[in-house]
Amino acid sequence: MSRFSARSRASLRNGTFLTAALVAFTAPALAEPLTVSNWDGYMAPDAIEKFNSETGNEAELVLHATNEEIMGKLIASKGAGYDVVFVSSPFAEVLHKLGLAEELDHAKIPNISNLYKEATELSHDPGNQFSIPYAWGTTGLCYRSDLVEEPTSWNDLLKPSEDVAGKTTMLATDRWLLAAGQLDLGYSVNETDPDKMAEVRDLLIEAKKTLLAYDDTTFYAKLVSGEAELVQAWDGWCNYGIGENADIKYVIPEEGSDLWADTMVILKSSEHKDAAYAFVNYILDAENHRWAAENILYKVPNQAAMEGVDASLFETYPNMAMKPADMLKYEQLRDVGDAQREYSRIVSEIKAAN
Amino acid sequence: MTTDRRPLLLMTPALLWLTALMVIPCALILVLAFFRRGVYGGIEYTWTLENIALVFDPLYFRIFLKSAGIAGLSACIACVLGYAAAYAIAAMPRRRQPMLLFFAVLPFWSNYLVRTYAWIVLLNREGLIVNIARWLGYQGELPSMLYTEQAVIIGLVYNYLPFVILACYAPLSRMNAEVTEVSRDLGASAWTTFRRVTLPMTVPGIATGFVFVFVLSIGNFVTPALLGGGQFQMIGNLVYAQFITANDWPFGAALSMVLILIMLGLLMGQAVVADRAAGGKGRADD
Repeated sequence: MSRFSARSRASLRNGTFLTAALVAFTAPALAEPLTVSNWDGYMAPDAIEKFNSETGNEAELVLHATNEEIMGKLIASKGAGYDVVFVSSPFAEVLHKLGLAEELDHAKIPNISNLYKEATELSHDPGNQFSIPYAWGTTGLCYRSDLVEEPTSWNDLLKPSEDVAGKTTMLATDRWLLAAGQLDLGYSVNETDPDKMAEVRDLLIEAKKTLLAYDDTTFYAKLVSGEAELVQAWDGWCNYGIGENADIKYVIPEEGSDLWADTMVILKSSEHKDAAYAFVNYILDAENHRWAAENILYKVPNQAAMEGVDASLFETYPNMAMKPADMLKYEQLRDVGDAQREYSRIVSEIKAAN
Repeated sequence: MTTDRRPLLLMTPALLWLTALMVIPCALILVLAFFRRGVYGGIEYTWTLENIALVFDPLYFRIFLKSAGIAGLSACIACVLGYAAAYAIAAMPRRRQPMLLFFAVLPFWSNYLVRTYAWIVLLNREGLIVNIARWLGYQGELPSMLYTEQAVIIGLVYNYLPFVILACYAPLSRMNAEVTEVSRDLGASAWTTFRRVTLPMTVPGIATGFVFVFVLSIGNFVTPALLGGGQFQMIGNLVYAQFITANDWPFGAALSMVLILIMLGLLMGQAVVADRAAGGKGRADD
């Protein structure tokens, strides 16, 4: 104790340079500053604080609202200023292709053994060479079982019956909006063939006429209020609706779903790699990772964490119990490279159509 | 006395502020429009005109026209409503006018988003209007008023109406009452007096209000997103999408550039109208 107070008095006299020198001298391996970028509310509010007190690092959390936002920053700065970022798998793939993602040294992430075997076989990154999955799930139909028949096909959303028409919403984000049409027509969710994509476009323009709105953020609230009865939804978000109204249910249409995965990536340019690895390892701890499953109601690819989840959660939210092997049957959204501009254009055409 | 330096001195802080935070960022955006987009959303620093050409692609040009249509209609409606309100306020006893004007601008005290969300509460299928209609005994199913083009126009008119009221009130209140009296004394009817005397004298106010609403509406992306349910892509949404979701900054910059040019053209047109109304003495009436 006395040493600490002596140090603080010294710093008062001699300014902060001395303090910095003292800290650097006495604790060389500790107190690495670390910048983590994640979506708001996507990990425990005290995760950073606990990580810092347990490991002696000085991690700092910054927020991004969308994948595209953080990608814009990372590409502009070549990754500088960030150590660990949370992005969806197609974006992790881009970071890898651009040479911005660290090739992971699994020896520094002992908790990686907590992952399901399936989580190491994701098609965007088999063997987790540059990304570690944080949460995963499917995209399907979320509906009011007291107001509509159980939907079975994407057609129930895209070509709704007369009494459901005008009470459906679709996701507004390019890739998922297109995926509904691609899956309905039996195409890959990464299809780029112009003729097939023209078909997808025409189908989605027709579907727009029966749509209440495109909605990425409040679709479950629309279900709760009864404004909408059948919506395209990520399973985790449908759970927020289920939490408020037990008549809300989630189903994957017979044509299938995509498998989405949000991942953690360490930046190659990071100057604090040890701390970055420590952070990823900290998140993969069964207890820490379980927080995400229990609080944000997303499935996590962590077997040890999922086994610790209270069974009542699976009863309330049946899609939380989905088996990893079943999820792996679905195709992941992949980076489509140059075709992205064409995707954006098609979405503009759909949204500008009358 | 030689040249007075005080005006320049007083203007310097504002000029520096505008240069640093307005002129330079705008210039950067404009330059961006002439570069190529990288495969992964980055920017390749090679010169190209393809982004500008893409703006005039039928798809995107149609979105421009559509936005102009929505903005124009909103501006017309706002001008009719706003002029009538301003006329009524100006006709009131002088001492009552400040209070009425205060009420007209009162909505500005709350946040734009909050005001727009209020319309969602009013218009949605389970919303206030539908519930009142049900309470009054209406049985049938009402069509959703929200997420339509009309909802977007309602939102734009509502939000920008105070600008028109203020812009029209200024010339109306300045008008000399004797002018209209003369017109009436010379035998013109009330309508003719309004049409031939009052209206022409207040055209600059209407033009200012119209341009304000039009310029603010055509670039708006919040109202179409919230009240249009994302189904009405206006040019503002397209620009937003290029910067935020498609990561195609050069194309977003090209769209912004064309949009800014349209706005500048309109503002200059409005200045010319104002100038003519001021007697064409080469002095704009603001």
